Amino acid sequence: MAFLDRGARSLLLTELISGLWLTLKYMFKQPVTVNYPYEKGPLSPRFRGEHALRRYPNGEERCIACKLCEAICPALAITIEAEPREDGSRRTTRYDIDMTKCIYCGFCQEACPVDAIVEGPNFEFAAETREELFYNKEKLLANGDRWEAEIAKNLALDAAYR
Amino acid sequence: MAEGDFWSGYALPLVAMVLEILAIVVPLLLVVAYATYAERKVLAAAQLRKGPNVVGPFGLLQPLADGLKLFMKETVIPSGANRVVFAAAPMLTFVLALIAWAVIPFDPGVVLSNINVGILYLFAISSLGVYGIIMAGWASNSKYAFLGALRSAAQMVSYEVSIGFVMVTVLLCAGSLNISDIVLAQRHLWYVIPLLPMAVVFFISGLAETNRSPFDLPEGESELVAGYFVEYSAMTFALFFLGEYANMILVSAMTSILFLGGWLAPFGVPPFTWVPGPIWFFLKIAFCFFCFLWVRATFPRFRYDQLMRLGWKVFLPLSLFWLVLTAAFLTAFGMLPT
Repeated sequence: MAFLDRGARSLLLTELISGLWLTLKYMFKQPVTVNYPYEKGPLSPRFRGEHALRRYPNGEERCIACKLCEAICPALAITIEAEPREDGSRRTTRYDIDMTKCIYCGFCQEACPVDAIVEGPNFEFAAETREELFYNKEKLLANGDRWEAEIAKNLALDAAYR
Repeated sequence: MAEGDFWSGYALPLVAMVLEILAIVVPLLLVVAYATYAERKVLAAAQLRKGPNVVGPFGLLQPLADGLKLFMKETVIPSGANRVVFAAAPMLTFVLALIAWAVIPFDPGVVLSNINVGILYLFAISSLGVYGIIMAGWASNSKYAFLGALRSAAQMVSYEVSIGFVMVTVLLCAGSLNISDIVLAQRHLWYVIPLLPMAVVFFISGLAETNRSPFDLPEGESELVAGYFVEYSAMTFALFFLGEYANMILVSAMTSILFLGGWLAPFGVPPFTWVPGPIWFFLKIAFCFFCFLWVRATFPRFRYDQLMRLGWKVFLPLSLFWLVLTAAFLTAFGMLPT
């Protein structure tokens, strides 16, 4: 009887038809597509995107050139040169991040004692040439000015877990 | 020969025939272009995606954009290829996919060539399709293309056998090789009802014949990259692509004609007969084509030995058995068509 049963099942295509029925049902479901770039998915406050150098509210840059980020960077993407400013405070003269080397691990923002270097929520910084991805200090500070609101909000949201 | 004879005897009929051909081929090519769109939309729907929706409203201009892209690209001919055969193969595939439509009737009398061996012509043309693929695979001088072509040839030859038997079964019931007569013989009952198993066998063999999923081994991308057209690019690729879709539509049309009553309205009663025949025919083709896509969205690819087993050990005995059964039934009850 098992033979007959199996034969009837394969001749009547029961399994194929149940498979077809399943796909037919799915055709009438709502697509789950997020219509990027018109719609975007949610981002965690911990999202590690494009880097930014932040400033204090009075406009003074936070970075004190301790070079901890440069030291911890596993991809050796960060290059820092520093010397004392006229007022005697220690500041960077050069702060470069090679975004083509960066692996977006977030160690730099973990290492930073003053929350100067952070990875912001921006991930749409694709460029047409490599050179555009070699970020210098001006670019990073400009990023910080541009994204400060979101960065500050994300840091506040994540502060409880740090 | 007088001037008038030339015009009325040769030139005008020729012009009329060219216009008739254009009246079939141009809509056909449009339908083929939108078949690619339909495929992407149906697959997207089955996978909870949206499919093309950026180019034009609902992505309706996507086929034009794709065509334009392929048209602008460079045709690369591999240095080791046999140039003549390499260039001829896509043209052959495409032309064969188109000329089969010469005998497809769209309405009573609306057919380019109402020949009495129409179904044999269709069968012959669809068998010739394998040559384009073999030529492409051989002329490419590439192992992937060659393996794809070999698979395709074996597969198409195997499944033509059962397609042939299914056609014979239909011919037994219809009593004619003329396609319009086959359609008209289904006035009272579409053959899909008495010959349902044969309709299923025909449709599945049609999937294999057109190298469609789940029988798309000739282009099995996981092992053969793209099969017989790996080396093709730009318009030569586009011709293969269009040929494949035209073949799918042709098999859909053949299924509609042999089993779904061609241009006939269902039930043949007024609310349905008000709709003109070509529209019914189009709807039936669209339904069969949808089934092609539906099957593609559902089933994984067959293994090669399974494919051959299905063709030779299942479909061939099944169709042969049903052929004998049909013949015996028709004879026993005196229902043979005269």
